[in-house]
Amino acid sequence: MNKQRELSETIALIPSGATIMVGGFGSPGTPFTLLDELLRQGQDRLTLIKNDANEPGYGIAKLLEADRVDTLIASHIGLNRDAVQRLNSGKLKVEFHPQGILAEKIRAAGAGIFGFLSDIGIETEITDPSQIIEWQVDKSGAKRKLKVETALHADFALIHAARADHFGNLLYTDSAINFNPLMAMAAENVFAETFDLQPPGTFPPEHIHTSCAFVSAVIAVDRKRALHSEYELMEHYVED
Amino acid sequence: MSKTERPVRTERILRRAAKEIQSGMIVNLGIGLPTLLPDYLPENFAGLIHSENGVLGCGSVAKRGQARPSLIDSAGHYISLKPGSSCFDSAVSFAMIRRGRIDLCLLGAFEVDTCGNLANWKIPGKLSPGIGGAMELAQKAKRLIVLSTHTDKNGRPKILEHCRLPLTAPACVNRIITDEAVIDVTPEGLLVQEIADNISTQDLQNHTEAKLIFPENSLRKF
Repeated sequence: MNKQRELSETIALIPSGATIMVGGFGSPGTPFTLLDELLRQGQDRLTLIKNDANEPGYGIAKLLEADRVDTLIASHIGLNRDAVQRLNSGKLKVEFHPQGILAEKIRAAGAGIFGFLSDIGIETEITDPSQIIEWQVDKSGAKRKLKVETALHADFALIHAARADHFGNLLYTDSAINFNPLMAMAAENVFAETFDLQPPGTFPPEHIHTSCAFVSAVIAVDRKRALHSEYELMEHYVED
Repeated sequence: MSKTERPVRTERILRRAAKEIQSGMIVNLGIGLPTLLPDYLPENFAGLIHSENGVLGCGSVAKRGQARPSLIDSAGHYISLKPGSSCFDSAVSFAMIRRGRIDLCLLGAFEVDTCGNLANWKIPGKLSPGIGGAMELAQKAKRLIVLSTHTDKNGRPKILEHCRLPLTAPACVNRIITDEAVIDVTPEGLLVQEIADNISTQDLQNHTEAKLIFPENSLRKF
């Protein structure tokens, strides 16, 4: 049951052309160490699923800058001008979803269901008529026009957990929870990095956010790596 | 940008908008002007600020020494947490929004129109950074207030007869607060509730493409 694995051999399981979910909303929760190893190894033609495109020089932005990514599925990339430029120049294909719909499509995949019905964006340009069905959803007998949202799957998920045990039970913190627990359930292969890897039994069972049943590998990241790196405060947001 | 450096137009909008936030409310503040609102709330504000990246109970901006890399709001600023706050995943955060648990949402706008339609996410060919949480907030917050300068950088009206840009959501706006007026979206049209103390009703109408309705009794100034 010990799922602790070495960084490079774990990332080497990812082939070029893979579809990869990446945790994080901006920097918090982004698995920077796993992404750096993916950058180093050179896999390309990737499809990434992440809420945003990080900021230039951080996280998946480095994979975009190295031309490793064909398609990005996201909700907002406004904090990465380079990504917006790549989108505008046609170098990068971006598929946008409303943020909560993106989360729910991932959650659906993780819950083993095929999709759900929603009314978000139904009267806007993001909805194609082919996605709309009329369905009776309450006792009134009246049918409502609703949009079919399908589950979003991936081959791999790269997760950042604040703490983990060797079985792969994961705990997150603060606003670094975001998409991580959803993606950790939705992908076929789930690799989680953590600064704090402990023996099973360390954490109260009811405090575990992601059960080890969903996790394929845990990678211990040296705490020293967190200093002077992407894991630190982003200076341009720090107020004195 | 510190409070003292803010343009007069921005100050006026924010000071007026702060009065909309009542004790006990759950409030979401959109990126842009609304993000600056906490500076204008009373110190002991007894409500909860929701940030769609998964925080309910955002406190003030966390300065160096207090800021943690793992704790930001949806605009990317390091924040503190108030007692009674909670953190959760993105599916829960948007469940809260779609389920109607956000009492008030304040959003910026490119355009808003007579029917309360809102366009604030895309300018075709110029700006398409994505949707973020805007559609869900616009469609599902119990009350939606748009904060915007009355005219754009080039002096063109932003309050239109019909939105021309792609919509964020139709018929979603309840109130518009600008540097020139407070305007309610009503079934009859756009009803002016308050007017800035430095402008005439004629000027206000001239700066607005949509036809405004003025109340019969005198207008409150702000």
